[in-house]
Amino acid sequence: MLVLALDTSTPAVTAGVVELGPDGATTRAERVTVDPRAHGELLTPHVLESVDQAGTTLRGLDAVVCGSGPGPFTGLRAGLATAASLGQALEIPVYPVCGLDAIAAEAAVDDTLLVVTDARRREVYWAAYDANRQRLAGPAVSLPVDVDTHGARHVAGHGVQVYPDAFTLPAVEPLYPSPRGLVLAAAAELRSGAEPAPLTAVYLRRPDAQEPHRPKRVLA
Amino acid sequence: MTKIVMGIESSCDETGVGLVRLHEDGSVELLADAVASSVEQHARFGGVVPEVASRAHLEAMAPTVRRAFDSAGLKLSDVDAIAVTAGPGLAGALLVGVAAAKAYAAALEVPLYGVNHLAGHVAVDTLEHGPLPTPCLALLVSGGHTQLLRVDDIAGKITELGSTVDDAAGEAYDKVARLLGLPYPGGPPIDKAAADGDPAAIAFPRGMTGPRDAKYDFSFSGLKTAVARWVETTERRGETVPVDDVCASFQEAVADVLTAKAVAAAKETGIDTLVISGGVAANSRLSGLARERCAAAGVQLRIPRPRLCTDNGAMIAALGAHVVAAGVPRSKLDFSAAPGLPVSTVTV
Ligand SMILES: [Zn+2]
Repeated sequence: MLVLALDTSTPAVTAGVVELGPDGATTRAERVTVDPRAHGELLTPHVLESVDQAGTTLRGLDAVVCGSGPGPFTGLRAGLATAASLGQALEIPVYPVCGLDAIAAEAAVDDTLLVVTDARRREVYWAAYDANRQRLAGPAVSLPVDVDTHGARHVAGHGVQVYPDAFTLPAVEPLYPSPRGLVLAAAAELRSGAEPAPLTAVYLRRPDAQEPHRPKRVLA
Repeated sequence: MTKIVMGIESSCDETGVGLVRLHEDGSVELLADAVASSVEQHARFGGVVPEVASRAHLEAMAPTVRRAFDSAGLKLSDVDAIAVTAGPGLAGALLVGVAAAKAYAAALEVPLYGVNHLAGHVAVDTLEHGPLPTPCLALLVSGGHTQLLRVDDIAGKITELGSTVDDAAGEAYDKVARLLGLPYPGGPPIDKAAADGDPAAIAFPRGMTGPRDAKYDFSFSGLKTAVARWVETTERRGETVPVDDVCASFQEAVADVLTAKAVAAAKETGIDTLVISGGVAANSRLSGLARERCAAAGVQLRIPRPRLCTDNGAMIAALGAHVVAAGVPRSKLDFSAAPGLPVSTVTV
Protein backbone atom coordinates (compact mmCIF):
# COMPACT_ATOMS: atom_id res chain seq x y z
CA MET A 1 0.00 0.00 0.00
CA LEU A 2 1.06 3.56 -0.73
CA VAL A 3 1.24 5.78 2.34
CA LEU A 4 1.83 9.52 2.61
CA ALA A 5 3.79 10.35 5.76
CA LEU A 6 4.23 13.83 7.18
CA ASP A 7 5.66 15.36 10.30
CA THR A 8 6.11 18.88 11.69
CA SER A 9 6.94 18.07 15.31
CA THR A 10 10.60 19.11 14.97
CA PRO A 11 12.40 21.89 13.02
CA ALA A 12 12.16 19.59 9.96
CA VAL A 13 9.28 20.03 7.53
CA THR A 14 8.88 16.43 6.40
CA ALA A 15 6.74 14.74 3.75
CA GLY A 16 7.23 11.53 1.82
CA VAL A 17 5.60 8.61 0.07
CA VAL A 18 6.35 5.17 1.46
CA GLU A 19 5.36 1.79 0.06
CA LEU A 20 4.39 -0.54 2.86
CA GLY A 21 4.58 -4.26 2.05
CA PRO A 22 4.00 -7.39 4.12
CA ASP A 23 7.58 -7.45 5.42
CA GLY A 24 8.96 -3.99 5.02
CA ALA A 25 8.66 -0.36 4.04
CA THR A 26 10.40 1.38 1.14
CA THR A 27 10.70 5.13 0.69
CA ARG A 28 9.49 6.08 -2.79
CA ALA A 29 10.12 9.83 -2.43
CA GLU A 30 10.64 12.37 0.30
CA ARG A 31 11.07 16.11 0.71
CA VAL A 32 12.55 17.53 3.91
CA THR A 33 13.48 21.13 4.76
CA VAL A 34 14.92 22.00 8.15
CA ASP A 35 13.39 25.37 9.01
CA PRO A 36 11.37 25.77 12.22
CA ARG A 37 9.43 28.71 10.81
CA ALA A 38 8.42 27.19 7.49
CA HIS A 39 5.99 24.41 8.44
CA GLY A 40 2.92 26.34 7.38
CA GLU A 41 4.50 27.47 4.12
CA LEU A 42 6.26 24.36 2.89
CA LEU A 43 4.36 21.30 4.01
CA THR A 44 1.73 21.11 1.27
CA PRO A 45 4.29 21.92 -1.46
CA HIS A 46 6.49 19.14 -0.05
CA VAL A 47 3.55 16.75 -0.08
CA LEU A 48 2.80 17.52 -3.74
CA GLU A 49 6.45 17.28 -4.77
CA SER A 50 7.01 13.94 -3.09
CA VAL A 51 3.79 12.48 -4.50
CA ASP A 52 4.83 13.66 -7.93
CA GLN A 53 8.35 12.32 -7.54
CA ALA A 54 6.92 8.96 -6.44
CA GLY A 55 5.10 8.81 -9.77
CA THR A 56 1.63 8.96 -8.27
CA THR A 57 -1.06 11.48 -7.31
CA LEU A 58 -2.85 12.24 -4.04
CA ARG A 59 -5.72 10.10 -5.38
CA GLY A 60 -3.31 7.16 -5.62
CA LEU A 61 -2.67 7.11 -1.86
CA ASP A 62 -4.15 4.51 0.49
CA ALA A 63 -3.54 6.23 3.83
CA VAL A 64 -1.83 9.12 5.60
CA VAL A 65 0.43 8.87 8.64
CA CYS A 66 1.11 12.01 10.64
CA GLY A 67 3.39 12.72 13.56
CA SER A 68 1.08 13.93 16.34
CA GLY A 69 3.82 15.28 18.61
CA PRO A 70 5.13 15.99 21.07
CA GLY A 71 6.46 19.13 19.43
CA PRO A 72 6.47 22.93 19.61
CA PHE A 73 2.81 23.83 19.22
CA THR A 74 2.51 26.11 16.22
CA GLY A 75 4.58 23.98 13.86
CA LEU A 76 3.01 20.77 15.12
CA ARG A 77 -0.48 21.99 14.23
CA ALA A 78 0.53 22.64 10.60
CA GLY A 79 1.14 18.92 10.13
CA LEU A 80 -2.00 17.79 11.90
CA ALA A 81 -4.24 20.30 10.11
CA THR A 82 -2.75 19.27 6.77
CA ALA A 83 -3.10 15.55 7.45
CA ALA A 84 -6.68 15.86 8.72
CA SER A 85 -7.76 17.89 5.69
CA LEU A 86 -6.07 15.57 3.20
CA GLY A 87 -7.71 12.55 4.81
CA GLN A 88 -11.12 14.22 4.80
CA ALA A 89 -10.92 15.40 1.19
CA LEU A 90 -9.38 12.19 -0.17
CA GLU A 91 -11.58 9.97 2.02
CA ILE A 92 -8.64 7.91 3.26
CA PRO A 93 -7.66 7.07 6.87
CA VAL A 94 -5.15 9.23 8.79
CA TYR A 95 -3.06 7.50 11.47
CA PRO A 96 -1.41 9.62 14.17
CA VAL A 97 1.90 8.35 15.53
CA CYS A 98 4.21 9.59 18.26
CA GLY A 99 7.09 11.40 16.55
CA LEU A 100 9.57 9.94 19.05
CA ASP A 101 8.38 6.42 18.09
CA ALA A 102 9.08 7.27 14.45
CA ILE A 103 12.66 8.22 15.31
CA ALA A 104 13.04 5.04 17.37
CA ALA A 105 11.66 2.92 14.51
CA GLU A 106 14.55 3.92 12.29
CA ALA A 107 17.31 4.16 14.88
CA ALA A 108 20.50 2.64 13.50
CA VAL A 109 21.13 0.26 16.41
CA ASP A 110 19.60 -2.91 17.88
CA ASP A 111 19.78 -1.89 21.49
CA THR A 112 18.01 0.02 24.20
CA LEU A 113 17.41 3.60 23.15
CA LEU A 114 16.57 7.05 24.43
CA VAL A 115 14.98 9.52 21.99
CA VAL A 116 15.17 13.27 22.73
CA THR A 117 13.93 16.25 20.72
CA ASP A 118 14.01 19.97 21.47
CA ALA A 119 11.02 21.25 23.44
CA ARG A 120 12.43 24.82 23.69
CA ARG A 121 12.37 26.67 27.05
CA ARG A 122 15.49 24.65 27.97
CA GLU A 123 13.47 21.43 28.01
CA VAL A 124 13.33 18.27 25.88
CA TYR A 125 10.64 15.85 24.79
CA TRP A 126 11.81 12.31 25.43
CA ALA A 127 10.90 8.62 25.49
CA ALA A 128 12.84 5.47 26.38
CA TYR A 129 12.66 2.18 24.43
CA ASP A 130 13.77 -1.42 24.93
CA ALA A 131 15.77 -3.30 22.29
CA ASN A 132 12.51 -4.30 20.53
CA ARG A 133 11.44 -0.65 20.29
CA GLN A 134 8.72 -1.01 22.86
CA ARG A 135 8.31 2.29 24.64
CA LEU A 136 9.24 1.96 28.32
CA ALA A 137 8.59 5.56 29.33
CA GLY A 138 7.33 8.80 27.82
CA PRO A 139 6.52 10.73 25.84
CA ALA A 140 7.35 13.32 28.47
CA VAL A 141 8.75 16.82 28.66
CA SER A 142 11.40 17.85 31.19
CA LEU A 143 14.75 19.53 31.73
CA PRO A 144 17.56 17.47 30.16
CA VAL A 145 18.96 16.66 33.65
CA ASP A 146 15.62 15.22 34.72
CA VAL A 147 15.31 12.73 31.84
CA ASP A 148 15.07 9.13 33.09
CA THR A 149 17.03 7.11 30.53
CA HIS A 150 15.73 3.78 31.87
CA GLY A 151 19.26 2.44 31.36
CA ALA A 152 19.26 3.13 27.60
CA ARG A 153 22.66 2.56 26.00
CA HIS A 154 22.14 4.81 22.94
CA VAL A 155 20.44 8.08 22.17
CA ALA A 156 18.78 9.40 19.00
CA GLY A 157 16.96 12.59 17.99
CA HIS A 158 18.09 16.18 17.48
CA GLY A 159 17.80 16.95 21.20
CA VAL A 160 21.32 15.54 21.41
CA GLN A 161 22.55 18.30 19.12
CA VAL A 162 20.79 21.00 21.10
CA TYR A 163 22.06 19.69 24.47
CA PRO A 164 25.32 17.84 23.66
CA ASP A 165 26.59 18.10 27.23
CA ALA A 166 23.44 16.64 28.75
CA PHE A 167 23.34 13.45 26.69
CA THR A 168 26.67 11.64 26.67
CA LEU A 169 25.37 8.23 25.48
CA PRO A 170 26.60 7.13 22.03
CA ALA A 171 24.41 9.00 19.54
CA VAL A 172 22.79 7.28 16.56
CA GLU A 173 20.76 8.47 13.57
CA PRO A 174 18.15 9.74 12.82
CA LEU A 175 17.76 13.28 14.12
CA TYR A 176 14.17 13.73 12.91
CA PRO A 177 11.21 11.46 12.15
CA SER A 178 11.55 10.24 8.55
CA PRO A 179 8.61 9.26 6.35
CA ARG A 180 9.71 5.60 6.55
CA GLY A 181 10.05 5.80 10.34
CA LEU A 182 6.57 7.28 10.63
CA VAL A 183 5.08 4.51 8.49
CA LEU A 184 6.97 1.80 10.42
CA ALA A 185 5.61 3.22 13.68
CA ALA A 186 2.07 2.79 12.31
CA ALA A 187 2.75 -0.40 10.33
CA ALA A 188 0.60 -2.72 12.44
CA GLU A 189 -2.47 -0.47 12.21
CA LEU A 190 -1.91 0.21 8.52
CA ARG A 191 -1.62 -3.50 7.67
CA SER A 192 -4.66 -4.48 9.72
CA GLY A 193 -6.73 -1.58 8.45
CA ALA A 194 -7.56 -0.68 12.05
CA GLU A 195 -9.78 2.27 12.83
CA PRO A 196 -7.34 5.20 13.31
CA ALA A 197 -7.01 6.77 16.75
CA PRO A 198 -8.41 10.32 17.01
CA LEU A 199 -6.07 12.80 15.34
CA THR A 200 -5.22 14.90 18.38
CA ALA A 201 -2.05 16.85 19.09
CA VAL A 202 0.24 15.66 21.89
CA TYR A 203 1.23 18.94 23.57
CA LEU A 204 2.37 17.74 27.03
CA ARG A 205 2.05 21.34 28.21
CA ARG A 206 -0.89 23.51 29.11
CA PRO A 207 -1.35 26.84 27.29
CA ASP A 208 0.31 29.79 29.02
CA ALA A 209 -2.58 31.81 30.30
CA GLN A 210 -3.27 33.55 33.56
CA GLU A 211 -6.59 34.53 34.95
CA PRO A 212 -6.67 38.30 35.31
CA HIS A 213 -6.35 40.04 38.64
CA ARG A 214 -8.69 42.85 39.58
CA PRO A 215 -8.30 45.77 37.16
CA LYS A 216 -5.42 48.05 38.14
CA ARG A 217 -6.28 51.21 40.07
CA VAL A 218 -5.94 54.34 37.97
CA LEU A 219 -6.14 56.87 40.81
CA ALA A 220 -3.09 57.60 42.90
CA MET B 1 -21.80 28.26 -15.11
CA THR B 2 -22.01 28.88 -11.38
CA LYS B 3 -19.12 28.18 -9.04
CA ILE B 4 -19.04 26.92 -5.46
CA VAL B 5 -16.51 28.73 -3.26
CA MET B 6 -15.51 27.53 0.21
CA GLY B 7 -14.21 30.08 2.74
CA ILE B 8 -12.11 29.21 5.79
CA GLU B 9 -11.62 31.65 8.69
CA SER B 10 -9.39 31.13 11.75
CA SER B 11 -7.86 34.53 12.55
CA CYS B 12 -9.12 34.85 16.12
CA ASP B 13 -11.42 32.69 18.25
CA GLU B 14 -14.01 31.54 15.68
CA THR B 15 -13.41 28.61 13.35
CA GLY B 16 -15.59 29.47 10.37
CA VAL B 17 -16.39 27.56 7.19
CA GLY B 18 -18.68 29.16 4.63
CA LEU B 19 -19.99 28.04 1.27
CA VAL B 20 -21.32 30.39 -1.39
CA ARG B 21 -22.45 30.10 -4.98
CA LEU B 22 -21.03 32.60 -7.45
CA HIS B 23 -23.59 33.16 -10.19
CA GLU B 24 -22.74 34.08 -13.76
CA ASP B 25 -24.01 37.64 -13.26
CA GLY B 26 -21.48 38.07 -10.45
CA SER B 27 -24.00 37.83 -7.64
CA VAL B 28 -23.06 35.72 -4.65
CA GLU B 29 -25.47 33.49 -2.74
CA LEU B 30 -24.92 32.14 0.77
CA LEU B 31 -25.25 28.34 1.00
CA ALA B 32 -23.73 27.50 4.39
CA ASP B 33 -22.16 29.27 7.33
CA ALA B 34 -20.78 26.92 10.00
CA VAL B 35 -18.97 28.43 12.98
CA ALA B 36 -17.33 26.85 16.03
CA SER B 37 -16.41 29.38 18.70
CA SER B 38 -13.91 29.01 21.53
CA VAL B 39 -15.18 32.20 23.21
CA GLU B 40 -16.27 30.35 26.35
CA GLN B 41 -12.77 28.98 26.87
CA HIS B 42 -11.42 32.55 26.91
CA ALA B 43 -14.06 34.06 29.20
CA ARG B 44 -12.24 33.43 32.49
CA PHE B 45 -9.10 35.05 31.06
CA GLY B 46 -10.98 38.22 30.08
CA GLY B 47 -9.67 38.11 26.52
CA VAL B 48 -8.63 35.75 23.74
CA VAL B 49 -5.68 33.51 24.72
CA PRO B 50 -3.85 32.78 21.44
CA GLU B 51 -2.70 29.25 22.31
CA VAL B 52 -6.15 28.26 23.54
CA ALA B 53 -7.67 29.61 20.31
CA SER B 54 -5.14 27.77 18.14
CA ARG B 55 -5.79 24.44 19.85
CA ALA B 56 -9.51 24.92 19.44
CA HIS B 57 -9.12 25.70 15.71
CA LEU B 58 -7.25 22.45 15.11
CA GLU B 59 -9.94 20.42 16.85
CA ALA B 60 -12.84 22.25 15.22
CA MET B 61 -11.61 22.53 11.63
CA ALA B 62 -12.61 19.17 10.10
CA PRO B 63 -15.96 18.91 11.96
CA THR B 64 -16.87 22.48 10.97
CA VAL B 65 -16.08 21.73 7.31
CA ARG B 66 -18.28 18.65 7.58
CA ARG B 67 -21.15 20.68 9.09
CA ALA B 68 -20.95 23.33 6.37
CA PHE B 69 -21.17 20.76 3.57
CA ASP B 70 -23.93 18.79 5.29
CA SER B 71 -26.05 21.88 5.82
CA ALA B 72 -25.62 22.93 2.16
CA GLY B 73 -26.27 19.40 0.90
CA LEU B 74 -22.97 19.47 -1.00
CA LYS B 75 -19.90 17.22 -1.23
CA LEU B 76 -16.31 18.43 -0.91
CA SER B 77 -15.81 17.47 -4.55
CA ASP B 78 -18.41 20.08 -5.56
CA VAL B 79 -16.01 22.91 -4.59
CA ASP B 80 -14.55 25.00 -7.45
CA ALA B 81 -12.32 27.34 -5.41
CA ILE B 82 -11.20 27.89 -1.83
CA ALA B 83 -10.47 31.15 -0.01
CA VAL B 84 -8.77 31.32 3.37
CA THR B 85 -7.95 34.16 5.76
CA ALA B 86 -4.22 34.83 5.28
CA GLY B 87 -4.28 37.73 7.80
CA PRO B 88 -4.43 39.90 9.75
CA GLY B 89 -4.91 37.96 12.98
CA LEU B 90 -3.22 35.73 15.55
CA ALA B 91 -0.23 33.95 13.98
CA GLY B 92 -0.83 30.50 15.46
CA ALA B 93 -4.56 30.66 14.80
CA LEU B 94 -4.18 31.77 11.18
CA LEU B 95 -1.71 28.98 10.53
CA VAL B 96 -4.28 26.26 11.27
CA GLY B 97 -6.73 27.59 8.69
CA VAL B 98 -4.03 28.23 6.10
CA ALA B 99 -2.51 24.74 6.49
CA ALA B 100 -5.94 23.11 6.26
CA ALA B 101 -6.98 25.21 3.25
CA LYS B 102 -3.79 24.36 1.34
CA ALA B 103 -4.42 20.66 1.92
CA TYR B 104 -8.07 20.89 0.82
CA ALA B 105 -7.03 22.79 -2.31
CA ALA B 106 -4.31 20.25 -3.13
CA ALA B 107 -6.57 17.26 -2.55
CA LEU B 108 -9.54 18.70 -4.44
CA GLU B 109 -7.31 20.16 -7.19
CA VAL B 110 -8.92 23.60 -7.04
CA PRO B 111 -7.36 27.09 -6.85
CA LEU B 112 -6.66 28.58 -3.43
CA TYR B 113 -6.83 32.29 -2.59
CA GLY B 114 -5.23 33.65 0.59
CA VAL B 115 -7.38 36.70 1.38
CA ASN B 116 -7.60 39.63 3.78
CA HIS B 117 -9.87 39.17 6.79
CA LEU B 118 -10.79 42.88 6.89
CA ALA B 119 -11.88 42.87 3.25
CA GLY B 120 -14.01 39.83 4.14
CA HIS B 121 -15.91 41.91 6.71
CA VAL B 122 -16.90 44.28 3.89
CA ALA B 123 -17.55 41.61 1.25
CA VAL B 124 -19.98 39.75 3.50
CA ASP B 125 -22.52 42.54 3.06
CA THR B 126 -23.02 41.52 -0.57
CA LEU B 127 -24.58 38.28 0.72
CA GLU B 128 -27.30 40.34 2.37
CA HIS B 129 -27.68 43.54 0.36
CA GLY B 130 -26.37 42.64 -3.10
CA PRO B 131 -23.53 44.21 -5.09
CA LEU B 132 -21.59 47.00 -3.38
CA PRO B 133 -21.73 50.40 -5.03
CA THR B 134 -18.15 51.55 -5.57
CA PRO B 135 -16.57 53.49 -4.22
CA CYS B 136 -18.04 52.98 -0.77
CA LEU B 137 -16.85 53.52 2.79
CA ALA B 138 -16.62 50.81 5.40
CA LEU B 139 -16.36 51.10 9.17
CA LEU B 140 -15.06 47.89 10.76
CA VAL B 141 -15.52 47.63 14.51
CA SER B 142 -14.81 44.54 16.59
CA GLY B 143 -12.68 43.26 19.44
CA GLY B 144 -9.71 43.18 17.12
CA HIS B 145 -10.18 46.07 14.69
CA THR B 146 -11.44 49.63 14.39
CA GLN B 147 -10.92 50.87 10.86
CA LEU B 148 -12.37 53.30 8.42
CA LEU B 149 -11.83 52.14 4.83
CA ARG B 150 -12.40 53.41 1.33
CA VAL B 151 -13.35 50.53 -0.98
CA ASP B 152 -12.89 51.11 -4.70
CA ASP B 153 -12.84 47.43 -5.64
CA ILE B 154 -13.62 44.73 -3.10
CA ALA B 155 -11.38 42.29 -4.99
CA GLY B 156 -8.38 44.57 -5.27
CA LYS B 157 -8.41 48.18 -4.15
CA ILE B 158 -9.04 49.06 -0.52
CA THR B 159 -7.49 52.05 1.25
CA GLU B 160 -7.32 52.68 4.96
CA LEU B 161 -8.50 56.19 5.85
CA GLY B 162 -7.96 55.73 9.57
CA SER B 163 -7.71 53.21 12.37
CA THR B 164 -7.35 53.04 16.12
CA VAL B 165 -4.06 54.23 17.56
CA ASP B 166 -4.47 52.07 20.68
CA ASP B 167 -7.37 49.79 21.72
CA ALA B 168 -9.97 48.44 19.32
CA ALA B 169 -13.53 49.53 20.10
CA GLY B 170 -14.52 46.01 21.17
CA GLU B 171 -11.48 45.81 23.40
CA ALA B 172 -12.63 48.97 25.20
CA TYR B 173 -16.01 47.30 25.78
CA ASP B 174 -14.28 44.25 27.27
CA LYS B 175 -12.12 46.34 29.58
CA VAL B 176 -14.98 48.55 30.77
CA ALA B 177 -17.14 45.46 31.34
CA ARG B 178 -14.40 43.97 33.48
CA LEU B 179 -14.05 46.99 35.70
CA LEU B 180 -17.83 47.07 36.18
CA GLY B 181 -17.87 43.35 37.02
CA LEU B 182 -19.81 42.45 33.86
CA PRO B 183 -19.03 39.24 31.88
CA TYR B 184 -16.74 38.79 28.86
CA PRO B 185 -17.21 39.59 26.02
CA GLY B 186 -18.30 43.03 27.16
CA GLY B 187 -20.40 44.20 24.21
CA PRO B 188 -23.75 42.50 24.89
CA PRO B 189 -23.91 43.11 28.70
CA ILE B 190 -22.94 46.78 28.31
CA ASP B 191 -25.49 47.26 25.52
CA LYS B 192 -28.15 45.67 27.73
CA ALA B 193 -27.31 47.72 30.83
CA ALA B 194 -27.11 50.90 28.75
CA ALA B 195 -30.73 50.46 27.68
CA ASP B 196 -31.77 51.40 31.25
CA GLY B 197 -29.20 54.16 31.68
CA ASP B 198 -28.87 57.84 30.79
CA PRO B 199 -26.37 58.40 27.96
CA ALA B 200 -25.94 62.02 29.06
CA ALA B 201 -25.37 61.21 32.76
CA ILE B 202 -21.58 61.36 32.55
CA ALA B 203 -19.58 63.38 30.03
CA PHE B 204 -16.88 60.91 29.02
CA PRO B 205 -14.17 62.18 26.63
CA ARG B 206 -14.34 61.74 22.84
CA GLY B 207 -10.87 60.50 21.85
CA MET B 208 -8.98 61.90 18.83
CA THR B 209 -11.50 64.66 18.13
CA GLY B 210 -9.27 67.66 18.75
CA PRO B 211 -8.40 70.07 15.93
CA ARG B 212 -4.86 68.69 15.65
CA ASP B 213 -5.84 64.99 15.81
CA ALA B 214 -5.79 62.78 12.72
CA LYS B 215 -9.26 63.20 11.23
CA TYR B 216 -10.11 59.53 10.75
CA ASP B 217 -8.06 57.85 13.46
CA PHE B 218 -9.58 56.58 16.70
CA SER B 219 -8.45 56.20 20.30
CA PHE B 220 -10.32 54.36 23.05
CA SER B 221 -7.63 53.97 25.67
CA GLY B 222 -8.26 57.38 27.24
CA LEU B 223 -11.99 56.70 27.37
CA LYS B 224 -11.41 53.42 29.19
CA THR B 225 -9.17 55.18 31.74
CA ALA B 226 -11.74 57.96 32.20
CA VAL B 227 -14.41 55.38 32.98
CA ALA B 228 -12.09 53.64 35.47
CA ARG B 229 -11.30 56.97 37.16
CA TRP B 230 -14.97 57.93 37.39
CA VAL B 231 -15.92 54.55 38.86
CA GLU B 232 -13.10 54.65 41.43
CA THR B 233 -13.92 58.19 42.47
CA THR B 234 -17.54 57.24 43.01
CA GLU B 235 -16.55 54.17 45.04
CA ARG B 236 -14.20 56.26 47.20
CA ARG B 237 -17.05 58.56 48.07
CA GLY B 238 -18.85 55.46 49.34
CA GLU B 239 -21.54 55.78 46.69
CA THR B 240 -23.03 53.00 44.59
CA VAL B 241 -21.79 53.02 40.99
CA PRO B 242 -24.76 53.59 38.68
CA VAL B 243 -23.75 50.81 36.28
CA ASP B 244 -26.56 51.53 33.82
CA ASP B 245 -25.60 55.20 33.50
CA VAL B 246 -21.89 54.39 33.17
CA CYS B 247 -22.65 51.88 30.40
CA ALA B 248 -25.00 54.25 28.57
CA SER B 249 -22.55 57.17 28.80
CA PHE B 250 -19.56 55.04 27.76
CA GLN B 251 -21.48 53.54 24.85
CA GLU B 252 -22.62 57.01 23.78
CA ALA B 253 -18.99 58.20 23.65
CA VAL B 254 -17.94 55.21 21.51
CA ALA B 255 -20.89 55.46 19.10
CA ASP B 256 -20.58 59.24 18.84
CA VAL B 257 -16.93 59.18 17.74
CA LEU B 258 -17.31 56.24 15.38
CA THR B 259 -20.33 57.59 13.55
CA ALA B 260 -19.16 61.21 13.52
CA LYS B 261 -15.89 60.28 11.83
CA ALA B 262 -17.51 57.88 9.35
CA VAL B 263 -20.13 60.45 8.31
CA ALA B 264 -17.49 63.18 8.09
CA ALA B 265 -15.49 60.94 5.74
CA ALA B 266 -18.57 60.41 3.59
CA LYS B 267 -19.16 64.15 3.35
CA GLU B 268 -15.54 64.94 2.59
CA THR B 269 -15.07 62.24 -0.06
CA GLY B 270 -18.55 62.61 -1.53
CA ILE B 271 -19.04 58.84 -1.16
CA ASP B 272 -22.66 58.10 -0.39
CA THR B 273 -22.62 54.50 0.88
CA LEU B 274 -21.34 53.36 4.30
CA VAL B 275 -21.03 49.71 5.35
CA ILE B 276 -20.65 49.01 9.08
CA SER B 277 -19.43 45.53 9.93
CA GLY B 278 -17.55 43.60 12.61
CA GLY B 279 -18.78 42.27 15.95
CA VAL B 280 -19.53 45.70 17.44
CA ALA B 281 -21.78 46.58 14.46
CA ALA B 282 -24.52 44.67 16.29
CA ASN B 283 -24.40 47.25 19.10
CA SER B 284 -27.80 48.94 19.30
CA ARG B 285 -26.55 52.48 19.98
CA LEU B 286 -23.89 52.36 17.25
CA SER B 287 -26.38 51.18 14.64
CA GLY B 288 -29.09 53.56 15.91
CA LEU B 289 -26.89 56.64 15.86
CA ALA B 290 -25.38 55.63 12.50
CA ARG B 291 -28.88 55.36 11.06
CA GLU B 292 -29.82 58.84 12.32
CA ARG B 293 -26.66 60.54 11.15
CA CYS B 294 -26.49 58.78 7.77
CA ALA B 295 -30.11 59.70 7.07
CA ALA B 296 -29.40 63.33 7.95
CA ALA B 297 -26.33 63.38 5.70
CA GLY B 298 -27.97 61.55 2.79
CA VAL B 299 -25.68 58.57 3.14
CA GLN B 300 -26.99 55.09 2.44
CA LEU B 301 -26.18 52.82 5.40
CA ARG B 302 -25.67 49.05 5.07
CA ILE B 303 -25.22 46.82 8.11
CA PRO B 304 -25.21 43.03 7.60
CA ARG B 305 -27.23 40.99 10.09
CA PRO B 306 -25.35 40.32 13.35
CA ARG B 307 -24.54 36.71 12.48
CA LEU B 308 -22.65 37.88 9.39
CA CYS B 309 -20.96 40.82 11.18
CA THR B 310 -18.99 38.62 13.57
CA ASP B 311 -16.07 36.51 12.29
CA ASN B 312 -17.26 33.62 10.10
CA GLY B 313 -16.35 31.60 7.03
CA ALA B 314 -19.15 33.04 4.89
CA MET B 315 -17.38 36.42 4.73
CA ILE B 316 -14.22 34.74 3.46
CA ALA B 317 -16.19 32.68 0.95
CA ALA B 318 -17.99 35.84 -0.22
CA LEU B 319 -14.71 37.69 -0.69
CA GLY B 320 -13.26 34.62 -2.42
CA ALA B 321 -16.18 34.62 -4.85
CA HIS B 322 -15.60 38.28 -5.74
CA VAL B 323 -11.89 37.58 -6.18
CA VAL B 324 -12.66 34.62 -8.48
CA ALA B 325 -15.16 36.72 -10.45
CA ALA B 326 -12.54 39.45 -10.90
CA GLY B 327 -10.07 36.96 -12.36
CA VAL B 328 -7.41 37.57 -9.70
CA PRO B 329 -4.52 35.05 -9.95
CA ARG B 330 -4.59 32.22 -7.43
CA SER B 331 -2.17 32.17 -4.48
CA LYS B 332 0.88 29.92 -4.61
CA LEU B 333 0.67 27.04 -2.15
CA ASP B 334 3.79 28.20 -0.25
CA PHE B 335 2.35 31.49 1.02
CA SER B 336 2.64 32.27 4.74
CA ALA B 337 -0.01 33.32 7.18
CA ALA B 338 0.46 37.09 7.62
CA PRO B 339 -0.54 38.30 11.12
CA GLY B 340 0.03 41.96 10.15
CA LEU B 341 -1.41 41.87 6.63
CA PRO B 342 -2.34 45.47 5.66
CA VAL B 343 -5.87 46.02 4.39
CA SER B 344 -4.49 47.26 1.07
CA THR B 345 -3.38 43.67 0.33
CA VAL B 346 -6.65 41.94 -0.53
CA THR B 347 -5.09 38.70 -1.80
CA VAL B 348 -1.63 37.27 -1.15
ZN1 LIG C 1 -12.88 40.24 12.35
